[in-house]
Amino acid sequence: MMGFSALELARIQFAFTMAFHIVFPALTIGMASYLAVLEGCWLVTRRAVYMTLYHYWLRIFAVTFGMGVVSGIVMAYQFGTNWSQFSEFAGGITGPLLAYEVLTAFFLEAGFLGVMLFGRNRVGPGLHFFATCMVALGTLISATWILASNSWMQTPQGHAIVDGRAVPVDWLAVILNPSFPYRLAHMGTAAYLSTALFVGAAAAWHLLHGRDDKAVRKMLSMAMWMVLLVAPLQAVIGDLHGLNTARHQPAKLAAMEGHWENRPGEGMPLLLFGMPDMAAERTRYAVGIPHLGSVILTHSWTGQVPGLKQFAPEERPNAPIVFWSFRIMVGLGLAMIALGLCSLWLRRGGRLYGQRLFLRAALAMGPAGLLAILAGWVTTEVGRQPWVVYGLLRTADAVSPHSAGALALTLALFVVSYLFVFGIGIAYVLRLVRKGPQAADLQQAPEGGPGAGRTPARPLSAAQEGADEGLPLPPERGGH
Amino acid sequence: MGVDITVIWAAIIFFGVFMYVVMDGFDLGIGMLYPFVPARADRDVMMNTVAPVWDGNETWLVLGGAGLLAAFPVAYSIVLSGLYLPLIFMLLGLLFRGVAFEFRFKARERERHIWDKAFIGGSVVAAFFQGVALGAFLSGIPVSGRSFSGTAMSWFSPFALAAGCGTMIAYTLLGATWLIMKTEGSLQQRMIGVTRPLTFLMLAAIVAVSAWTPLRYPQVAERWFSFPNMAFLAPVPALVLLAVFLLLRSLARSPHRLPFLMALALVLLAYTGMAISIWPHIVPPYITIWEAAGPPSSQGFALVGTLVILPFILMYTGWSYFVFRGKVRSGEGYH
Repeated sequence: MMGFSALELARIQFAFTMAFHIVFPALTIGMASYLAVLEGCWLVTRRAVYMTLYHYWLRIFAVTFGMGVVSGIVMAYQFGTNWSQFSEFAGGITGPLLAYEVLTAFFLEAGFLGVMLFGRNRVGPGLHFFATCMVALGTLISATWILASNSWMQTPQGHAIVDGRAVPVDWLAVILNPSFPYRLAHMGTAAYLSTALFVGAAAAWHLLHGRDDKAVRKMLSMAMWMVLLVAPLQAVIGDLHGLNTARHQPAKLAAMEGHWENRPGEGMPLLLFGMPDMAAERTRYAVGIPHLGSVILTHSWTGQVPGLKQFAPEERPNAPIVFWSFRIMVGLGLAMIALGLCSLWLRRGGRLYGQRLFLRAALAMGPAGLLAILAGWVTTEVGRQPWVVYGLLRTADAVSPHSAGALALTLALFVVSYLFVFGIGIAYVLRLVRKGPQAADLQQAPEGGPGAGRTPARPLSAAQEGADEGLPLPPERGGH
Repeated sequence: MGVDITVIWAAIIFFGVFMYVVMDGFDLGIGMLYPFVPARADRDVMMNTVAPVWDGNETWLVLGGAGLLAAFPVAYSIVLSGLYLPLIFMLLGLLFRGVAFEFRFKARERERHIWDKAFIGGSVVAAFFQGVALGAFLSGIPVSGRSFSGTAMSWFSPFALAAGCGTMIAYTLLGATWLIMKTEGSLQQRMIGVTRPLTFLMLAAIVAVSAWTPLRYPQVAERWFSFPNMAFLAPVPALVLLAVFLLLRSLARSPHRLPFLMALALVLLAYTGMAISIWPHIVPPYITIWEAAGPPSSQGFALVGTLVILPFILMYTGWSYFVFRGKVRSGEGYH
């Protein structure tokens, strides 16, 4: 197929299926916690607005979660189907971590999801809230295990190589490997931030289209507080994560910075733009701020980190991709911080809900968190190359012994199926977002205890088209 | 060391895959029964019988894969790359089937038929290729050293295709008997109607595989038809006949749970028979569970978690089924 090798096709397939997958868990991690907060607020205050929002986001969560599940199963099997030599080499480490993810997270999510979605009339409000919390906890536990596994691949430790395989010697060291705390904090924060931006964009869309009520305002307000607090925090975490990368994966960092060589006694600039050229071994058209690279990375005026030329050509990651994906991520992060600060400014005098320029910006920033997550994963995964397990196993030695033809066939099937299924799925999500919170949802306030022998049809799927668009909300009242 | 951790792991994976076959089996069976039930209200009811639990059911498949990777990394890499195409087809089938649960109810009226077809097609493809993968696995996967050494089409054989059809029959039977338990009225009557021929088909499939395997694989014949094994294993076919008899008899007497329990028994017996045939190999006929075992430090670490957590999983999964117990009726609840 177009002259791609089996290895290239396997890598493209992994990148493609992973890029689609990661978007859904990122949103479900954030949304599950958001739903737990909404339901908790409702239980405490009994203000209807929280229940209205809960049911609105529950529907969107359900569709997103479903897409995460089906794309996730592909990931769990892909390590064996496409990367069997990697599984053979590292299965003793990644296998138990994946098994713990299934045992502690996937079953928890799946077990309580049914009650969360359909159990409103079958269990009491306390138990329903418990189910929501368990689903939210499951998403966070899941992220923890899978990031432990990925972090070990980036900064492996706690193992021995026996008979050509990685054997765990010290599990604590394997799990708490050097990059794990930073990666976990960075990704967890990213999920919350992405969800806040998504929720904020939904609220902004409704305000721009003339729907200004308590539920929409509450949504925008909650989302913008989150962005204001978490976006700067994420910048700090990201900076610490970068310093950790400088220590443990110097070639990746050099590629991120487009940094080729050091001259004695001269500080590193921070390049804003440029075009790293692998063949010429330099970054063309570089525009940078002198010494700032040294200041950020070494906290000194003329400190230096290794340049790409200090690594043999076959040890270097693809600098143009890593350089630019990193800048996209950082640029989006700065825009998020700016959005948060604007929201704070506009709260004075209550202009937050009426300032159209700001609302348009909030709407435009809806997908920014997800794009930043994709750019971040491209940075860290492409930056790890040519290794799949850093310093231990090369990507070229990890791939299954399939023909390029078989891989081209499966790649084509994945591309066609994913574009169809997730294209329509995303359209359904956006349609649910457009419908807006429904006051009618309040009729589904819980009645205590399981209804004997009564099975609700799917409350979620009561999302019928059209007729009830934009109903005014009833005045605030107690739960039911 | 008195307890062989590798054998415990083999048992856990055996149990995990069985849980998957049973639980996602009736989900996939419902998808394959859709073509026989055209009415939308009935289809809604069918889907609602599993909507709250399908995700948990499917998770057993992920546990099977993760457990295999944790305890037998060599087997995981050989089996998954050796069954490459059938497994990818299965995953794509599960993709379409899985999103249909959510999308079908979100779709506009004129789009709904797309997700009905995705639900049917996804269920058929996933069930068929699970069976094909099982058949190819039993037939043996070409191995050299610690790697798969066949081609992209090594899995393709008449036996594998027959196993694919057998699996579709088994899942459809599970789905039909599940619906007998969970529905009432005309839909239940229709399910009782299809269960009888399905039971005979299931019996025929079990007989066909039972006859075919020993004829093709002398080591299997050796296992079943030599003394003293024969005496120990004789109850297996006897129990199959008993289960078929009870199932057919129960259909005539306003059935509720019994058909589903008997269908479960049939699947368990067939599944156990296969395990007896290949024991102690994990990549038949070359690699035993001990040859494929991962490092003891991996097996031990994962085992602690499994033994501690699995009882809790079974507990809250049971609770979830308990919450959604009883018959599912159409048009009740939310609008």
